Amino acid sequence: MCNCGKNEYTPVPSKLQDIIKHTAQEWTFRFTYVGDVKPGQFFQISIPKVGECPISVSGIGPDYVDLTLRAVGKVTDYLFDNFKAGDSLFLRGPYGNGFDVHEFEGGELIIVVGGTAVSPVRGVVQYLCETESAKDVHMIAGFKDPGEIMFKADLKDWAEKIDLTLTVDGAPEGYEGKVGLVTKYIPDIPIRDISKCKAIVVGPPPMIKFSMIELVKRGLSEDNVWISDSRRMSCGIGKCGHCRINDKYVCIDGPVFKFSEHKTLID
Amino acid sequence: MGFVYKTEEFNKVLEALERKYRIFAPVLKVGEGRFRDTDVIRYDYISRIEDAELEERSDFSFKEILIPLSETMFYFTENEIKEADYDARPVIVLMRSCDIQGNGPNNDWFYERLRDRVKFALIGCGKACPNSFCVDMGSNKTDEYAFSIDVVDGKVYCDVKDDELFAAFEGAGGLKDNVEPRFVTEAEFKVTRPEEVPIELFKDPMWDEYTKRCVNCGRCNFVCPTCTCFTIQDVFYTDNGRVGERRRVNASCMVDGYTDVAGGLVMRKTNGERMRFKVLHKVYDFRKRFGYDMCVGCGRCDTVCPEYISFANCINKLNARVKEVTENV
Repeated sequence: MCNCGKNEYTPVPSKLQDIIKHTAQEWTFRFTYVGDVKPGQFFQISIPKVGECPISVSGIGPDYVDLTLRAVGKVTDYLFDNFKAGDSLFLRGPYGNGFDVHEFEGGELIIVVGGTAVSPVRGVVQYLCETESAKDVHMIAGFKDPGEIMFKADLKDWAEKIDLTLTVDGAPEGYEGKVGLVTKYIPDIPIRDISKCKAIVVGPPPMIKFSMIELVKRGLSEDNVWISDSRRMSCGIGKCGHCRINDKYVCIDGPVFKFSEHKTLID
Repeated sequence: MGFVYKTEEFNKVLEALERKYRIFAPVLKVGEGRFRDTDVIRYDYISRIEDAELEERSDFSFKEILIPLSETMFYFTENEIKEADYDARPVIVLMRSCDIQGNGPNNDWFYERLRDRVKFALIGCGKACPNSFCVDMGSNKTDEYAFSIDVVDGKVYCDVKDDELFAAFEGAGGLKDNVEPRFVTEAEFKVTRPEEVPIELFKDPMWDEYTKRCVNCGRCNFVCPTCTCFTIQDVFYTDNGRVGERRRVNASCMVDGYTDVAGGLVMRKTNGERMRFKVLHKVYDFRKRFGYDMCVGCGRCDTVCPEYISFANCINKLNARVKEVTENV
């Protein structure tokens, strides 16, 4: 037999503890998992006979990880249709670098997120909420419309601890919350020292692009911005080639990148 | 230590080796080419040296012995996941210097378990292969082989380095002599690689040519000895939905679907972008990360391309563009 060590491709059984339904298309699946994991890392959800898909960690508990996903593909659709709490399926991971939460402690921080992108930064916000830095966290969370707002309980909780702006791209008449793209609110964020301010921007590529334009206008350094990227992946461990951009692999060098580095990566 | 054999004597060496090893070598398959009345040189198991094609370069590389086109990783039966078995019998692969140099370290579980049982034997090169540019890629010479084979004027010249195999060579009756394998010192094409590729070149109009010419068939990737990308696919047996398997299948960065994500986003749509992605990986990006260039200059991709796209020309065009761009700054 070969002495190749552990076969990293082997999926490990995991029991579904709970399913939290945010919207019709976006649910959080609570998978049993005990071990090291950081916000911003991802797991491969593995359904034998169907396939695998990489999903970022949206919550970390003593014996579980939350994976929040949108039903848009083969594996996610199958998951939505066929599983309920108590069922067992498979995982492998965690993979990727994730966010270093301590990086963002003790200074001013802007967080701009759109839709399901709340997932990778949720752990960072939860951590900062419990520190003295909480009051210096300015978060703009954007969703398509009021029906698409996710993590409502978290948003309510965070609104009391950090400076949270919740906005929707569009809303029916009579909606009382804020309306407009996330970029609309960037100029008004109160920042004392923009030169030292850090930022996390996660969302669809156009949102990142236009948010960066606004942030740079405010004087924020691109070296102080972190983003989280995603690509098609098969392996998650730098072997299959699908997620490569230039000399970087999103699965092992990312998915979290400094913006100044990421902008030199061209698909 | 070297030996010189008559063909029949060398076949006794192979016979002795075959007690433990299978011999995997390029073989001319008459009439099995892509079109009617065409031949192809593909790897297969041999017992006699006359069955190996040692003059011409193989159309497909040796790589299927280490990364099969389609490899079952796991079998699924109800709730059980079982690692797929593999053929653990040792293999000696006959390959040219460029192909040997196409093997770097790869700490991948499935690769390693196959690599562990394989020894490389060198086919000496008496002439440059069509479309080759191995000399400029530095892959024309190697000393990393278990033994070498050069067939010249009906005689088989072997340089044996691997002590484990020595007995098989010594017992076959050849003449002991100092043998040096043949290496080419001039390839068919010369290429100059750029040291650095500025970021502007990634979006340069030079790639548009390939959007027009390339038909993204992916044959360049499949014949390449260094292309190892794969896609993981699950299948289940339709007569019993509870049983299935997970495979990894060779993937091509030129073919549609490589960068598609759920929801419909496609990262590289044009063939020019895909060509740029492939070319820069082979002669730049990989080097930035691992310290040496991936492309070995075997020239197979040029030979197989239905649109007559030349990889060697592309490297030279890239180098010229890099010069233009950096000198005009």
